[in-house]
Amino acid sequence: MDIRAGLQSGDKRACARLISMVENEDEQAIGILKELYGLTGKARVIGITGPPGAGKSTVTDKLAKLLRQQGKKVGIVAVDPTSPFTGGAILGDRVRMTDLSTDPGVFIRSMGTRGALGGLSKAAHGAVKVLDIFGMDYIFIETVGVGQSEVDIVRLADTVIMVAVPGLGDDIQAIKAGIMEIGDVFAVNKSDRDGAERTATELEMMLDFNIRSQYRPPVINIIAKDNKDVDKLLEAVEKHYVYLVNSGELSQRKKNSIKNEIIDIFKYAMVKAIEEKSQSSSFIEQLISDTVDKRLDPYTAAAKLVEEFRSR
Amino acid sequence: MDRPIRVIVAKPGLDGHDRGAKVVARALRDAGMEVIYTGLRQTPEQIVETAIQEDADCVAMSILSGAHNHLFPKVVRLLKEKGADDILVVGGGVIPEDDIPGLIEAGIAAIFTPGTPTSVTIDFIKSNIKRS
Repeated sequence: MDIRAGLQSGDKRACARLISMVENEDEQAIGILKELYGLTGKARVIGITGPPGAGKSTVTDKLAKLLRQQGKKVGIVAVDPTSPFTGGAILGDRVRMTDLSTDPGVFIRSMGTRGALGGLSKAAHGAVKVLDIFGMDYIFIETVGVGQSEVDIVRLADTVIMVAVPGLGDDIQAIKAGIMEIGDVFAVNKSDRDGAERTATELEMMLDFNIRSQYRPPVINIIAKDNKDVDKLLEAVEKHYVYLVNSGELSQRKKNSIKNEIIDIFKYAMVKAIEEKSQSSSFIEQLISDTVDKRLDPYTAAAKLVEEFRSR
Repeated sequence: MDRPIRVIVAKPGLDGHDRGAKVVARALRDAGMEVIYTGLRQTPEQIVETAIQEDADCVAMSILSGAHNHLFPKVVRLLKEKGADDILVVGGGVIPEDDIPGLIEAGIAAIFTPGTPTSVTIDFIKSNIKRS
């Protein structure tokens, strides 16, 4: 299969295969991404995050359908947790997106976290690039159901939708640091349930204290399963994008995100290099056994390792 | 790197009984596979599109409604049309013995009827997927 040609002619198999290769850290995939990197950066990237069962997949499904009505092509990356014990995973987000699977303008890919802890998989960045090259106008990334601090999505998305639901705890939960700080748009889903107004009010109160920018994230009550007010949510997402462009924050975010990506790739390469070396290097062996025998401490051992790498 | 096997677990047709499919999904997960669970009432077209977008190694389907002679071969046919016949197709559910040879003939690699230990299914998938 010629993946480059397939990607550019809209062959979904080529797109799917390249995403797998990225996930499996195939050297060839990196080569293709290097070559086609110039084609990235055209898609709008929207993160969907929130606690388990908040309705992230259903919200994604409904937003995607609205965008399809406008003729936009939509890519979806849906991440679910990988078992830390067996490496297996049940990826079940497609259950809520059944009718999208045969839409020629939609590409959905499920991913396991494969050990990553920030709510995404390590390959999520790569998958977004592939879908961008594949010509998707909008790319949704649905995180795993998050708790309080899985905030990696903010580094990948232009706009983060935080999906909340009524009845998940008192207002102190909302003022803790972490995921509540990363929402650009808040959706209170299942708003036909008791406490929806209160949840919205608590979010608004939390946002009253947020002074990090002139932009104030809106809070929108929706009922995703009935498609109620999902259009308002999409409108809010579009408004946030206009703000990003006009304020110059978009280029700042993109710059930060690229910086983070380069550092991540660098770190990963360093760790790999050290791991490979430690198999053969008597220097690292020595550091380890010295630390075991308390002749060294881990801080000094690590500092010696840094020095050793620097001196090359 | 050792890559996980990716399996679509799907319920084609109209019956609403997915207990068996869920047990199999969980067993495959515990065997270290990535299981993409599609939910109930999938059309063959939806299953094939899902298998392609997810770059699956295997499609595992369960039917209890009696429509297996129509739906299983249709999935195999559609995969072939899309050039995706390197994906292994297996089936399970309430399938009469007499129907099994015809299904195998139509390209379903194996049929697992009620009572099959999940380890049999796992071993079969592991040793028969067509991509390394």
